[in-house]
Amino acid sequence: MNMPFYVSPEQLMKDRADFARKGIGRGRSVVVLAYDDGIAFATENPSRALHKISEIYDRIAFAAVGKYNEFENLRVAGVRYADLRGYSYDRTDVTARGLANAYAQTLGTVFTTESKPLEVELVVAEVGATPADDQLYRLSYDGSVADEHGFVVMGGQADQLTSRLREGWEPGMDLAAVLRLAVRTLGAVSTDGSIAAEGQEREIPAGGLEVAVLDRRRTRRAFRRWQGDALAELLRGDD
Amino acid sequence: MTASSAESSGRLPDAFLRPGSSSFVDFLGEHAPALLPGNRPTGLTGPASDMAPHATTIVALTFGDDEHGRGVVMAGDRRATMGNLIASREIEKVFDADDHSAVGIAGSAGIALELVRLFQLELEHYEKIEGSQLSLDGKANRLAAIIRGNLPLAMQGLAVVPLFGGFDLDRSTGRLFSYDVTGGRYEEHDHHSVGSGSVFARGSLKKRWRQGLDADAAVAVAVEALYDAADDDSATGGPDTVRRIWPVVATVTADGYRRVPDDALAAVVEQIVADRRQEGSRA
Repeated sequence: MNMPFYVSPEQLMKDRADFARKGIGRGRSVVVLAYDDGIAFATENPSRALHKISEIYDRIAFAAVGKYNEFENLRVAGVRYADLRGYSYDRTDVTARGLANAYAQTLGTVFTTESKPLEVELVVAEVGATPADDQLYRLSYDGSVADEHGFVVMGGQADQLTSRLREGWEPGMDLAAVLRLAVRTLGAVSTDGSIAAEGQEREIPAGGLEVAVLDRRRTRRAFRRWQGDALAELLRGDD
Repeated sequence: MTASSAESSGRLPDAFLRPGSSSFVDFLGEHAPALLPGNRPTGLTGPASDMAPHATTIVALTFGDDEHGRGVVMAGDRRATMGNLIASREIEKVFDADDHSAVGIAGSAGIALELVRLFQLELEHYEKIEGSQLSLDGKANRLAAIIRGNLPLAMQGLAVVPLFGGFDLDRSTGRLFSYDVTGGRYEEHDHHSVGSGSVFARGSLKKRWRQGLDADAAVAVAVEALYDAADDDSATGGPDTVRRIWPVVATVTADGYRRVPDDALAAVVEQIVADRRQEGSRA
């Protein structure tokens, strides 16, 4: 009988984390930014059908990077979780915190017990009545949760892009301003994966972007996609 | 791992993560069947219809022409009865099913309101999971499936009979669908009515409906049909001019679902009452 090689728990977890990080780092980044009337999501995604950003519930949205089949599964589970909860209690009882907890437990269990961790990173965002009530949760492949404020970047080169956003973002910006900042930040990643210098960013056409917002002024379902001419006009700006 | 151990650990149960249907009703049927009204054993041996409030008349009609756009109007009175008592004088029975459709309910009020909530969620759930809306026929079929699921309760006297209308974005026209308690779905043309006062409302609609009505005229026809139903059916409530309670009236056009505001309805009702008060008037 073969004895399995001894692998220390530290090494095992590190190997899994490296594996997951590598998978996530390959994908294009998603940026999530708060603005005065809500929360904006943007990513470079030429597909009109395979979304990385989507609606979960009235005031809650979901964004993900990593393996599509894995985060799509989590997204559908989130919609089912929210709809079932809202149906058995009340629509106001569905919260981003509850959903983030359920995701964290799921990711954490898979990370420690299954043969392969999920190669995904998620943001669960909920828009509140005022900017102070907005909630942004960032969830990692190992189930760790971070309560973020203002903005989040996920995916490849997240660290470099985060530092760029930190310079450009401030509370109370309007939608057009945060989207222009988001697109400039996404454009900083060149096609070969290197980071372009400030002012040398790639132009990403509106057709190559996936943009959505949670707009706090909308009455029930706050989620709205921006695409086509409306998005191009917003990005061009009239100022 | 079973669903219960998943729930106690706080993670999403396996059923949530299983790829499958985009239907919320199907998901409930597998994961939490007790939440579906039709699966609830009542233990009743006799009819329960006198124990639960009953919602009454709904009318709906199509309007418009190619030039000004088409749509449907749906209206419901505000009365719920329990035997010969008035259980509620301000119940609402017409709802937006989604952005481009409306559903009105007659029958056992409690079950009907639950089915409407389920139907609204069914459409929203599909839209979120698939990223696109169901076709109007698809929506009408989902409602048929939900009504069919309620058949066990219908057999005990807790029947729900909806009326469904919406704007068909593919055909650019308003369409109406009626149902029976077994989930039979029938497309109606021009106008239709369900509930206890429907016989009288239908008579009124036949005389007042015309091809090419505009939205305002169609709203007036709907309100007048309810007025006629309330005239002859004790379970249908007429417009309450003392408490200023008006029927719920909604229009669905290419622009979406819109509820007609109370002050507009007050004017419509005033006009109908004024017409009928005249000596020698037809009613």
